[in-house]
Amino acid sequence: MDEASAAEPDSARGTGDDVIRTRALTKRYRGGQLAVDGLDLTVPAGSVFGFLGPNGSGKTTTIRMLVGLIEPTSGTARVLGRPMPRSTRAVLPHVGALIEGPALYGFLSGRDNLLRLDAADPTADPRTRRTRAAAALDRVGLTAAAGKKAKAYSLGMKQRLGLAAALLRPRRLLVLDEPTNGLDPQGMREIRTLVRELAGDGTTVFLSSHLLDEIEQVCTHVAVMARGRLVTQGPVGTLAAGLRGRLVVTTPDAADAARVLKEQGVGDVAADGDRVTGDPPDRDLAELNTALVTAGVRVRGFGVERASLEDAFMALTGEGFDVAG
Amino acid sequence: MSRADPETEGTARTARPAADTGPVTEPAGAGRAPSPLRTLGLLRSELSTTFRRWRTLALLAVLAAVPVLVGIAVRIQTGDGQQSGRGGGGGPAFLTQVTHNGLFLVFTALAATLPFFLPLAVGVVAGDAVAGEANAGTLRYLLVAPAGRTRLLVVKYATTTAFCLVATLVVALSALAVGALLFPLGDLMTISGTRITFADGLGRALLIALAVAVSLTGLAALGLFVSTLTNSGVAAMATTVGLLITVQITDQLPQLHAIQPYLFPHYWLSFADLMRDPVYWDDLVKNLQLQALYAAVFGSAAWARFTTKDVTA
Ligand SMILES: Nc1ncnc2c1ncn2[C@@H]1O[C@H](COP(=O)(O)OP(=O)(O)OP(=O)(O)O)[C@@H](O)[C@H]1O
Ligand SMILES: [Mg+2]
Repeated sequence: MDEASAAEPDSARGTGDDVIRTRALTKRYRGGQLAVDGLDLTVPAGSVFGFLGPNGSGKTTTIRMLVGLIEPTSGTARVLGRPMPRSTRAVLPHVGALIEGPALYGFLSGRDNLLRLDAADPTADPRTRRTRAAAALDRVGLTAAAGKKAKAYSLGMKQRLGLAAALLRPRRLLVLDEPTNGLDPQGMREIRTLVRELAGDGTTVFLSSHLLDEIEQVCTHVAVMARGRLVTQGPVGTLAAGLRGRLVVTTPDAADAARVLKEQGVGDVAADGDRVTGDPPDRDLAELNTALVTAGVRVRGFGVERASLEDAFMALTGEGFDVAG
Repeated sequence: MSRADPETEGTARTARPAADTGPVTEPAGAGRAPSPLRTLGLLRSELSTTFRRWRTLALLAVLAAVPVLVGIAVRIQTGDGQQSGRGGGGGPAFLTQVTHNGLFLVFTALAATLPFFLPLAVGVVAGDAVAGEANAGTLRYLLVAPAGRTRLLVVKYATTTAFCLVATLVVALSALAVGALLFPLGDLMTISGTRITFADGLGRALLIALAVAVSLTGLAALGLFVSTLTNSGVAAMATTVGLLITVQITDQLPQLHAIQPYLFPHYWLSFADLMRDPVYWDDLVKNLQLQALYAAVFGSAAWARFTTKDVTA
């Protein structure tokens, strides 16, 4: 997915190309809950930007501020170069959004739901409304169910219809808050394909999720939130690369293996059942394997496991992926 | 997404080779005033959404049934050979006249529904206008469409006002149909005792329906304001209807005489003055002014609230 941002010659240059830029963005809800705390977010044009964080970390709150649904307590947010929420009229026609799950008029058909939302956009051309709605329905695979009342939709179908609404017009930015919620594996795969397609067309996609592998699979950039604060942001590769992988040896002779690995200078060795893990040393790993075999250790598996985003998250926040109170 | 779209707006965008990936510092001209006709698109959508709702249709059906019940009751009573009595609370001297002229059923039915049934229906529709969308979550999608908060509120008020008119006309037309079926039609007597032609009577019936519809617009604004205060459609409807009942009672208490001229239902029954000859305009005009005042005050309050509100639902 890095091609998408690489194809963007200007993206690294000025700050002017950032599709989203927030400075010290803060939201305290009326109840006193500090939901977002001094957020400095920079989303480059053309990126597929993963916005990652456990439940309650402030992802939806941030998105609400970006699309002008709520007013920041302090700080600023610029979307497509314009301040929000002041410029909603100019900015939002270029932004497709799925926020906190879909919401539909149950007594209207899927198609009529789209027509109504399109009618709400004063810059949308009524003459092309029906064709655009049909194209959007087709894009999310809902053509067959277009005439069905939305209250008869399954959760996944509702989610698809919400996505269709975001795709009613060509957008420069798509803001998707947990878009694969409620989708079956097939549906998830389709959404990922769709996101890649859209990104290929040059649309910037801002994707919130608490599913790490989802972000790993489609995103070029990632930001990690915890308890309303930004923990890190950057290209997805650098985040995981900052963490070294772990050497994993699978063997029935775990105790012997652990001893040999320590002798060979492997740090932080730990044995768990038939798995022995440790920090890989800087020299050729083949020699390590030879040492194990010469010592009579029966090796079933030998290799380095890449650090996942989950590991990255743990390392960054020093805590698990749990809900903060 | 760079699929050519004929309506992608403005020269600012089309001049650029790759519009979707171009610099974002100068956003495309989507903010330029869209044609006012496109605001009508939202109004049309809102009207059809409101009048396709099962609940709206049920309210209208109940309202249409009231004249049927009144008509049948009067018919049965007179069929028994009794004089049609003054009971029934159907407004001034109208009920007694129904047996002689079916047109009076229109006045009777409006007088019977104006104190409670009609405002109840309006309270439900107005209370649900914003809160119902918030409740369903559709409000956030309308706002990011972007419908524009002021524009959405104006469209909501216009639709509620349209409902006031439609609801009143449903009562009037149902009454006219039932009256024509069950009773004779013809020239009629005004309250002042003069005779007017049936055509003149029909004209006055239409004026009365309009006066009744206008009587409801103050309540519509109040309901819309309440609707911006909560995210629960049911709570907004209940509050509006509760306010209606409280105000109706307050309007009857002699001790509260001083404030009564400022209560929105105070001049509601002034529509009967349209049946005088000549028409007595004073209270009708006062009613109009009072409704305009309520619409202005609560319309502004609704606007102030809705345009600054955090939409988290
Ligand atoms: N309307 C609200 N009023 C008060 N507090 C709120 C409101 N909405 C969210 N919060 C609080 O703000 C914090 C952040 O919530 P938010 O919905 O932004 O989290 P999230 O990252 O989107 O979580 P999830 O992954 O569960 O969707 C939470 O502590 C939550 O309790
Ligand atoms: Mg959320």
